Order: sequence, then C-alpha cells, then structure tokens
Amino acid sequence: MAPTTRVLDRPTGEVSYLRATLSGMTQTLKHLVNPHKVTVQYPHERESISPRWRGTHRMLTTEDGKAKCVACGLCPTVCPANCIKLVPGEDERGNRYPLVFEIDEFRCIFCGYCQEVCPEEAIHLGRHYENAEYSRASFVYDLERLTAQTHPVSQLWDPTDPKGE
Amino acid sequence: MMPLPAPALLAGAIDPQLPMHDFWPFTLTTIVKLAIVFSVYMVGVALLTYAERKISAWIQDRHGPMEVGPWGLLQVAADGVKNFMKEETYPAAANKTLFILAPMLAFIPALLTWAVIPFASPLPTPWGLMSMAVADLPVGFLFTLAISSLGVYGIVLAGWASNNKYALLGGLRSSAQMISYEIAMGMSTVAVLLLAGNVNLNTIILQQATMGWNVLLLSVAFLLFFVATYAETNRLPFDLPEAESELIAGYHTEYSAMKFSLFPISEYANMVTASALTSVLFFGGWDIPFTTWDNLPPWTVTKTLLTLGFFAMKVIFFLFTFMWIRWTLPRFRYDQLMSLGWKVMLPVALAYVVVVAGAVLALDMAHVARGTKAFSGALLLLNLACVAGLVVWMDRGRVVSPAASRLRGGELNRLRAVAGRSRLARVGLER
Repeated sequence: MAPTTRVLDRPTGEVSYLRATLSGMTQTLKHLVNPHKVTVQYPHERESISPRWRGTHRMLTTEDGKAKCVACGLCPTVCPANCIKLVPGEDERGNRYPLVFEIDEFRCIFCGYCQEVCPEEAIHLGRHYENAEYSRASFVYDLERLTAQTHPVSQLWDPTDPKGE
Repeated sequence: MMPLPAPALLAGAIDPQLPMHDFWPFTLTTIVKLAIVFSVYMVGVALLTYAERKISAWIQDRHGPMEVGPWGLLQVAADGVKNFMKEETYPAAANKTLFILAPMLAFIPALLTWAVIPFASPLPTPWGLMSMAVADLPVGFLFTLAISSLGVYGIVLAGWASNNKYALLGGLRSSAQMISYEIAMGMSTVAVLLLAGNVNLNTIILQQATMGWNVLLLSVAFLLFFVATYAETNRLPFDLPEAESELIAGYHTEYSAMKFSLFPISEYANMVTASALTSVLFFGGWDIPFTTWDNLPPWTVTKTLLTLGFFAMKVIFFLFTFMWIRWTLPRFRYDQLMSLGWKVMLPVALAYVVVVAGAVLALDMAHVARGTKAFSGALLLLNLACVAGLVVWMDRGRVVSPAASRLRGGELNRLRAVAGRSRLARVGLER
C-alpha cells in the first residue's frame, strides 16, 4: 500500500474549545477514579508468560545427573545464528557425549530449532526472561551452566492443537 | 516595659473576644503561628509533589510511586534526601551571584504571600482574640498582589544568569506571560473589591458570608481570576516557561540539586497560595456554606477548628483542580497565550468592572441595601446573563485560535486548493 498524506480540514470558525476542555476533563476524571490500572508491580508480581515462551536455554539431564546430549551435532547444524559450539567426545563404551557445549546467548535468536531438532530432548529453550550479567563473556553458557538451570522449559508447538488449548 | 501576659491574666482584665493589644502576647502568638504555618506549609508542599505524581499516574492508569514506604508515601522524604545529597553544578559561564540568588528570589515571595491569608475564624485566647492569619494586614489583598508579582524576578534571573539559550527563552516567556496575566488578574479582582469595599481579606470573607459567595455573584471575575492564576503559577496549560518539549526545562535547565528543587517548591507554594486566594476571594474563605453561626461572635475553639477544616477542603479542591487540569490540557502555543491574555481576558475584565460598578451604583441609587436578598438576587441575575453571554461568545473558537485563523479567508482557500492538487493529498482526501 502506498503511503498517503491525509489533509485534514481544520476548523476555523465554529469550534468549541470550552466543550472540548470539559469533555477532556471528564475523560481524565473517569480514568482517575477507575480502579483498573495497567501497571504490573514487576518485582512483586509478574505477568504470566506463554507456555511456548522461548527464553534462555536449559540442558536436561539423565537420572545420574549427566547431560542427555549425545553430541549428534544436529543443533549446531540447524542453528541459523550459528551460536552453538559443540565438540563431541566418546567414552570407553563408545557412548558419545559433548566435551564442549556452549551457547552464545547474545548470538542466539531464540528460534527454538535446536529444541525441535534434538533427538534426545536434551537441549530446551526456557520460559525465562530475567538475564542479567556483569560481563558479556558470561552470556556464553557452557554445559555446566546449561545443566544447572532450573527454570521451566518451553513447550513445542503442537500442530494438532495450534492455539495451545 | 510591656506587662507580661501572666499578671494580666490573673487580673482578669482581658476579654478573650477582643483583639490582642499587649505587645508580648501578640509577638509570641505570632511567632507560634509563624512556626506552625511554615512547617505545615512546607510539609504540605512536599506532599503535593507526591499528590501530583499519584494523580498524574491515576489519570494515566498507572499506580505512581509505590516502593518507598506504604503506597510510596515516603517518596517525598527520599526525593528530599536525594536533592540535598546531589552535586551542585555551576555552568562555567554563569553569573554566579545571580545564579545563586535566583532560586531564593523565586522561593521567598512564594512563601511570603501566605502570611496574610486568613485560614480560620479568630481564636479566643486568654490574652485576647487571635486572628488566624500570620499577619492580618489591613491591605491584605494588595500585599498578595504586590508579592506575587515579585516571583517573576526569580524566574527571569534564573534564566538570565544561567547563560543558556533555553533558560533565557524560558525566563523571557515567563516574564511576558506573568505581566500579561497579572493585569487581567488584578482587573478581575476589582469587582470583588467593589462589593467588599475593603481590601482586607477577612472583610472580604465576611462580606461573602452575608451577601453570598462571590463565585455566584461574580462568576465572570472568578473565571478570569481562575485562568490568570494558572498563568501566574506557570502551570499547564500555561507552562511555557518550562515547556519540556521545546526548552528542555526552561529557566531551570542549568540548575541541580536543592537549587533546582527550590523552583518546584516555589511553584507548588504558589499553587497553594493561588488556591487559598481563590477560595478567599470567591468561595468564602473559611466561611461554612449555608450557615451564619460560624461568622458571628462569640468566637470559640470549635468554630476555629471547623472553619479551618472547611478552608482546608476548599484549598485542597483547588489544588486537585490544578493537577487535574495539568494532566488534561496540552500547552498553549505562544501566540495563543498572548492573544488570550490581551485580546480576551483583559477586555473582558475591564468590561466586567464597568458592568459590576454600574450595577452596584444603580442598586445603591435605588436604595437597595447591601446584604439583602434583593441586592444579591439582582447581582446574581446580572451575573447569569453575563456568564451566558460570555460562554456563547467564547464557545465559537474565539478563545484559542487555530493556526488557520491568522490567515485571511481567501488565502486559506487558495492553500486548500494547492493541497487539493497534490496527488498524495488527493488520495488521502478520498478516503
């Protein structure tokens, strides 16, 4: 659609500023006495976020506390922002595990592809948005940090229930 | 040596219903009144900043300060501490003497005006009747006019001494605005003085108690005075001296810490004074409506407390209106401000003085006694006619002119035709 300019025919003669003022004051008075306020008193109360909210990552662990990740390399491959660094390792029984697993949360665009592609349901995005650090370097989350996170993980979109009902 | 109060009391020679004459009781009670009024005033001003933030927040569907203390009530104290701890900055090229002097010059007249305002009925004391005004001057009203005009010096000097273009513009605007509206303000109160026959504020209150409140008898004067007080206190829609969007912060752009804080404090102090003056001149001051017992001797402590309560309610109502209007109306354009002051308010005020003076003269010549129902009724009818005429006349876009009104009719049509030929404009018009 082309941008358009609307030329308003501004009134010159018959304008009532008195009535406009009075109606404006009624309007503000209505808002003044209206007990419904839109502010959320943030640290004390929070707005509920969607179950599909995609925030900073979390690595789920097995019962013995190890990361579920098998270092298959799908997530660094699918990642459009190229923010996952994975160095695979292998133990004496031939099980693959990540030697290095780092996510740069600054590069991450929180698309959620890593969670969708993960065959082991290991890496998840979290329902979490309070991220403050003292340095940029601490936004590169390593494996230890990722497994230590405890916030709830985000839900994947379910095609049979597209609205999440 | 003046006699001390105690022996006089023992002698029982003093009637509590007669004004104080002895030197020491008068001095001491005045000092006590001064201390009480000053502290109540300063605390009140501090709480007004809180009220302003709360009311603005509620009008905008927010909560306002909520963190410091219960419902944010201690925010005032936090702000005070902050302002005292902050660094005092001086612009390199500022005129330092005037720069320091200006906040004081803004602050002192703001406090001084309150001295003559009577805030309750007289209080009987063992040493005689105590007037409930810090200084019940015979020239009360003239004193407020004289002192309130001094406030502009603080603002102009602040703008000048800062050596900053925005500050200077703010100061200039302030002086132009205050001088323009002071005339309309003074003229609008002439009608009040005509009815009272005196400039003493207590006399004006007692006149209203017998005749009916001036807001009913002199509504036009009230409307003019009301608008002029907004201009005098630099409150929206007349806050051009501050005008954040154009002048950063106007005259106090360069100020910091407590020197800055003195400007808002004096603004709020001026608001309190303006509200008190509006209630004294037009809403019967400490008079309790629909009763007469509160205006007549013998004076008692109960009467003083009740009238004080009513006066406080009136003042608080006007203070609320100040804030309510601030968060409703946008700022005037400079030419609108000037044309409202000089082309509307001043002529209307002058014409109204003539009308009221003529009416009073005619009533006096017809031997209608002042204070009777006939006198008040005649004035009321005249006033209703004036208000109706004024509203009908003003209600046609004459008060605040749109930008287009400065063009001649033909020129406006030519410009509209040019706008109509533009392809983009035509697309917009067809919607």
